[in-house]
Amino acid sequence: MMMIFGVPLAVFMGQLTLGLVNGAFYALLSLGLAVIFGLLKIVNFAHGAQYMLGAFAALLGFRYLGINYWLALFLVPLVVGGFGMLMERFLLRRIAHLDHLYGLLLTFGLALIFEGTLVNFFGVSGARYSTPEALQGGLNLGFMFLPTYRAWVLVAALAMCLFTWFMIERTRLGAYLRAGTENSQLMQAFGVNVPLLITLTYGFGVALAAFAGVLAAPLYPVSPTMGSSLLIVVFAVVVIGGMGSILGAILTGLGMGIIEGLTKVYYPEASNTVIFLVMILVLMLRPAGLFGKEA
Amino acid sequence: MTFMKKTLTASIAVAAASSMAISTAHAEISDNEVRIGYLADMSGTYRDLAGPGGQTAMEMAVADFGGSVNGSPIVIFSADDRNSADVGANTVREWIDQRNVDMVGGLVASSVSIAVTKVLEENNGLGIVSGSAASSITNEHCTPNHIHWVYDTYPLANGTAKAVVEQGGDSWFLLTADYAFGHALEADVTNVVEANGGEVVGGIRHPFPTSDFSSYILQAQGSGAKIVGLANAGADTVNAITTASQFGLTQSGQQLAGLLIFLNDVHALGLESTQGLLLTTGWYWDMDEQSREWSERYFEEVGRMPTMVQAGIYSSTMHYLKAIEAAGTDDPEVVRAQMADMPIEDFFARNGSIREDGRMIHDMYLAQVKTPEESTGEWDLYEILSTIPADEAYRPLSESQCKLVQN
Repeated sequence: MMMIFGVPLAVFMGQLTLGLVNGAFYALLSLGLAVIFGLLKIVNFAHGAQYMLGAFAALLGFRYLGINYWLALFLVPLVVGGFGMLMERFLLRRIAHLDHLYGLLLTFGLALIFEGTLVNFFGVSGARYSTPEALQGGLNLGFMFLPTYRAWVLVAALAMCLFTWFMIERTRLGAYLRAGTENSQLMQAFGVNVPLLITLTYGFGVALAAFAGVLAAPLYPVSPTMGSSLLIVVFAVVVIGGMGSILGAILTGLGMGIIEGLTKVYYPEASNTVIFLVMILVLMLRPAGLFGKEA
Repeated sequence: MTFMKKTLTASIAVAAASSMAISTAHAEISDNEVRIGYLADMSGTYRDLAGPGGQTAMEMAVADFGGSVNGSPIVIFSADDRNSADVGANTVREWIDQRNVDMVGGLVASSVSIAVTKVLEENNGLGIVSGSAASSITNEHCTPNHIHWVYDTYPLANGTAKAVVEQGGDSWFLLTADYAFGHALEADVTNVVEANGGEVVGGIRHPFPTSDFSSYILQAQGSGAKIVGLANAGADTVNAITTASQFGLTQSGQQLAGLLIFLNDVHALGLESTQGLLLTTGWYWDMDEQSREWSERYFEEVGRMPTMVQAGIYSSTMHYLKAIEAAGTDDPEVVRAQMADMPIEDFFARNGSIREDGRMIHDMYLAQVKTPEESTGEWDLYEILSTIPADEAYRPLSESQCKLVQN
């Protein structure tokens, strides 16, 4: 059997595939953060909680309203994104002129409130959300058994990432957005409603988190604390990729998923820390991040 | 004026006399109050197995006792240790220094318990550990200032691992939580598996907590072991079992052995993915009339059935209060000795007694998770298969490394 650094090729390929699946997740979440930070300069610490709200909305929607997975995938981002727009309109906007630190504190506080409230009602053990019937079972890839649902996550997350990148970098709406954040007074003089654009952008970033939450619901137990552990990793990904870089967030997310996956084979004890080691290295060598523009 | 003065003097004299009377009557209870601190994970991974429900159990014990011991009221303080040994140790230091807390109960994450019992030993306090699993708490980390109540890793290994090996599961792969508790469980399981003729062919120590187990499950599948043992707890176990079922671990001929599974874990996972799982437990709410009766009272307060830890918190608090009543003092050393003198026989513990190393030994049970067809209700989850007698369940004193045991 062919070996790679003492690990059979089949095992190596399997871990690479899983790393890619997790990486797609990181990419999707860090993309939302990067959009919000890059365009609005808000350090959104509520992102993990918004992801968790997405998973909860899917769970509760199914339990009480009978909304199925496919409908949830479409509806939940709209609902949670709408909720995000309310947050922006009534809370974040009031402190937009202050230092970034205030936005960070506000969103962090809100995240704690969301989490605490749900812990109070649902506990932390989590609940199961069953995999939709069409995606049950698995694919035999020869070197591993890959559950169909994970393959779907990879495809769906990557498709959403590409869609977002296209929207922001290649469309007129995206151009307005980028221009509006660059020089909002000038844009307003041209008759563009910049405050509305900002609200919509924040809502969109939140909707991305909620979309990731719905994707995650059948994979992990749906619990109020599911977002907080992920958030730190996702922030590290954004820092490595370069704060605000859309493409950077996507590529770094995938890369970090793979690096983490391989660490789980060679030295599992370090799998929770390896991303932060990479972050330290990147900050030392390229402070603006791998894809960031030097200020 | 004179009248006023006289009345004043008289009332002061009466007040002084009565306060003296009180202090003589309760000279033995410090501050005329029995102060209990409840320390547990109130918001994280281990919240549901003890957490606020454990505090309710403790409050039930105090209320059932009558709210006071020998005329001195009982007061409960509580704090969230956030599964951090530093936070736990600092909280207990403050409780002892500034609030004269007499006993610290709850105590869930093993790393927190080990740190807290060191503080209790330095300050001559008393602790009752109910939630922790590491058997090292009454082995190399034993102190004269604490008691370990509900269960530990030794009977978990001895019950579950032994039963699994006897059924033919003789090659094991262990997924271990990388901290004190996981290491203790890993060591105990390895001993039991090898002593019964089995073999541990490999294992992984994963960070605590871990949300994605897919990589580890894949490695476990590749190991070829018949049994994949989960030497972790709480959300980690729940995640590992969920992932294992997604990757078809059991369909490919391997079996899972959960070494520490709580009622709330099985409830969260559902019977579909846990049916048939063997586990060792210190207590189960539906095991007999006495247990059911208490659990139904608890259910009315909390809205969930109690775990063995929550029941153990009630049982240990009750025993502590009875010991104070019998000894007439809340002095830690005297109460600890009094507690050890009295046998423990209540809805929770059968054949219970406290050994010199601080281990409360009692009957343990080998249980199996019911199938969805067998279960008649939301909380009808276990079937008790057999009883492991108290004197066989725990590590024998002859193997103890505890400094309090003469070997």
